[in-house]
Amino acid sequence: MNIVVCVKHVPDAQSDRGFEADHTTDREGVDGLLSELDEYAIEAALALVEAAGGEVTALTIGPDDAADAIKKALQMGADKGVHILDDAIAGSDAPATSLVLAEAITKIGEVDIVLTGMASTDGTMGVLPAMLAERLGLPQITLASELSVEGGTARIRRDGDAASESIEATLPAVVSVTDRINEPRYPSFKGIMAAKKKPVETWGLADLGVDAARVGLTGAWTRVLEVVPRPPRAAGQIITDEGAGGRALAEFLATHKFA
Amino acid sequence: MTEVLVLVDHIDGAVRKTTGELLTAARRLGEASAVFVGTGFEAAQADLARYGAAKVYRVEDPAVTDHLVAPTAEVLAQLVAQASPAAVLLPSSPEGKETAARLAIKTESGLITDAIDVQPGGDGVQTQQSAFAAAYTVSATITRGTPIVTIKPNSIAAEEAPGAAAEETVTVTLSEAATAARIVDRTEKAASGRPQLTEAAIVVSGGRGTGGDFNPVEAFADSLGAAVGASRAAVDAGWYPHANQVGQTGVQVSPQLYVAAGISGAIQHRAGMQTSKTIVAINKDPEAPIFELVDFGIVGDLFTVLPQATEEIQARKG
Repeated sequence: MNIVVCVKHVPDAQSDRGFEADHTTDREGVDGLLSELDEYAIEAALALVEAAGGEVTALTIGPDDAADAIKKALQMGADKGVHILDDAIAGSDAPATSLVLAEAITKIGEVDIVLTGMASTDGTMGVLPAMLAERLGLPQITLASELSVEGGTARIRRDGDAASESIEATLPAVVSVTDRINEPRYPSFKGIMAAKKKPVETWGLADLGVDAARVGLTGAWTRVLEVVPRPPRAAGQIITDEGAGGRALAEFLATHKFA
Repeated sequence: MTEVLVLVDHIDGAVRKTTGELLTAARRLGEASAVFVGTGFEAAQADLARYGAAKVYRVEDPAVTDHLVAPTAEVLAQLVAQASPAAVLLPSSPEGKETAARLAIKTESGLITDAIDVQPGGDGVQTQQSAFAAAYTVSATITRGTPIVTIKPNSIAAEEAPGAAAEETVTVTLSEAATAARIVDRTEKAASGRPQLTEAAIVVSGGRGTGGDFNPVEAFADSLGAAVGASRAAVDAGWYPHANQVGQTGVQVSPQLYVAAGISGAIQHRAGMQTSKTIVAINKDPEAPIFELVDFGIVGDLFTVLPQATEEIQARKG
C-alpha cells in the first residue's frame, strides 16, 4: 500500500503569529514546526504500512524551511519526501494549494491513500482534503476518528455533533484524520539517524506542469483587503473568592442580563 | 433581484438556528433561496419562510444523504449553473465547509470559510474572519466565480422577515464519483436536553479543575439554560464526551457568554472560544492564562463558587 501524507510547516501557535505587508502569513519572523495535527496523519500512515507493507511519502509545499516538516515525518518513519518549492507559490489560497498538491500526487503515482490531518493549525480552514478529492476524482472519507483498510476498502468512523457515522470507500481514496485517531510516536534516535539517509526530492511548478499564473497571490480566487489586530480585551474585573464569590458571579450575570 | 443560495442545516426537517442566520445574511446580498436536502421538508418550510426564503429548492433523493458531502456539492453546482446566484452561503460545520470546498473547485469559485460577517462590497461580497485564535480580524473578498462563504454559527443575528418559501423540486443526476464514499451506518447522538453547543447563547465549560466531576458545571449551566462544553484535557481524561470539546480540534463557539470553570486557557482552547462576547472564568490558579481574556474572573474553587452561584440564580428566579 502506497500512502502520500500531506504535511504543512506552520508558525508555532505559541509564538506571536502575524501577517506580512501583503497580508500573507508571516513565516520568517516566527519559529515554525510541523503542524501538530499532521502528526496524526503520519502516524496513521505508518500504522497502515507497518501492517500491510508499502511505502509512505511525505509531501509538502512551502519555502525552504518547510523541509523541516518533511524531516520530522521521515524521522517518525516515512520512507521518502517530496518538497514542492517555488517562489511563485507564495500567497496561494486553498484552491491553488490543492491544485499543486493534486499534480504532485499524480506525479508520485500509484498512490492508494492520500492522508492528511483535519486542518492546518495556521489557516485552520479544513477544506484541503475535500478539494484534493474533488481534483483527483477520488472518494473522500474525512475527519476519521477510526480508520481500517481491508481488501481494498477503507472504512472510517466520523463523529459529528448530531451523529456518529461509519463511512467506507474503495481505494484509492483521500482520508483525513482527527486528533482522536491515535497517539503519534516520537522520533527515536534510530529514526532521527535513519532520516538523514532518506531521499527527498524537490520539485518546482515546471516539474508539475502547473502554470505559475494559476498560483500565488495573482492566481488566488480570494483577496484579503485588510488585516487588523483585534483590540486587546479591556482588562476584566478579577476577584478572589473569600466566601461570597458565587454570589458575586450571580450578581455579575444578573447585571449583564444573563441570569 | 439576484438569488443567493443558502444550504439549509437541519436534522430531519428540524431547522437549526444557523439557517436563520444564513438566510438573514443572504437577504443583505440579494433574494434568499434555501436549498433543502434530505427528508422533513414539510416541517422545515415554515421556518424557512419566517426567515425570508423566497424560494426553497427541494432535493429529496436518498442517494444525496447516503453519501458524504460530494453529492450535496453536485446539487449546489447544478443550482449555481441554473440560477447564477450572487453567492452561496453554507454553515461553518465540517460538512458545510467540505461541501463548500468541493463546490469551489467544481465552479472555479473563491471560497471564504468561518466568516463572522458578510456584507455587500469588495468584488461583490465582503467578509470578515478571525485569524490566529482571534488575534486578528481579516477582511476579504472573492475575486473569481460565484462567491462561496461558510458562516460561523452565532456570528450574525437571525432576523425574521416573511418570505414565500415557494417550493421548487430539483431532480439531480449524481455522478459515480459523488457516490463513492458510502455512509454504511449512522448512530444519532442521544439528546442531552440542553441547547446545541455551537448555537447556544451561553456555554459553560469544565476542564481539568473539575477532577472529573461535572455535576457543578452542569447544574450551573442548567440554571442559565446553557450548553455544556469541556476542555481537551477533560475529554482526553474521559470525563466528558468528545462531542462537547471546545477548542481548535473540537467545536468552535462564539456565544454571548462563555464561562470557563477549571480551565487554564491554553492556546488550543482559546482558539475555540476567544470570539465569545462576554467571558467569565473560575480558576484556583490566579496565574491561569484564561484570566487574560475575562470580563469577570474569580480566583477560587469551582466546587464552592459554582454551587453558590447556582443557588443564588435560582433564588433570584424565585
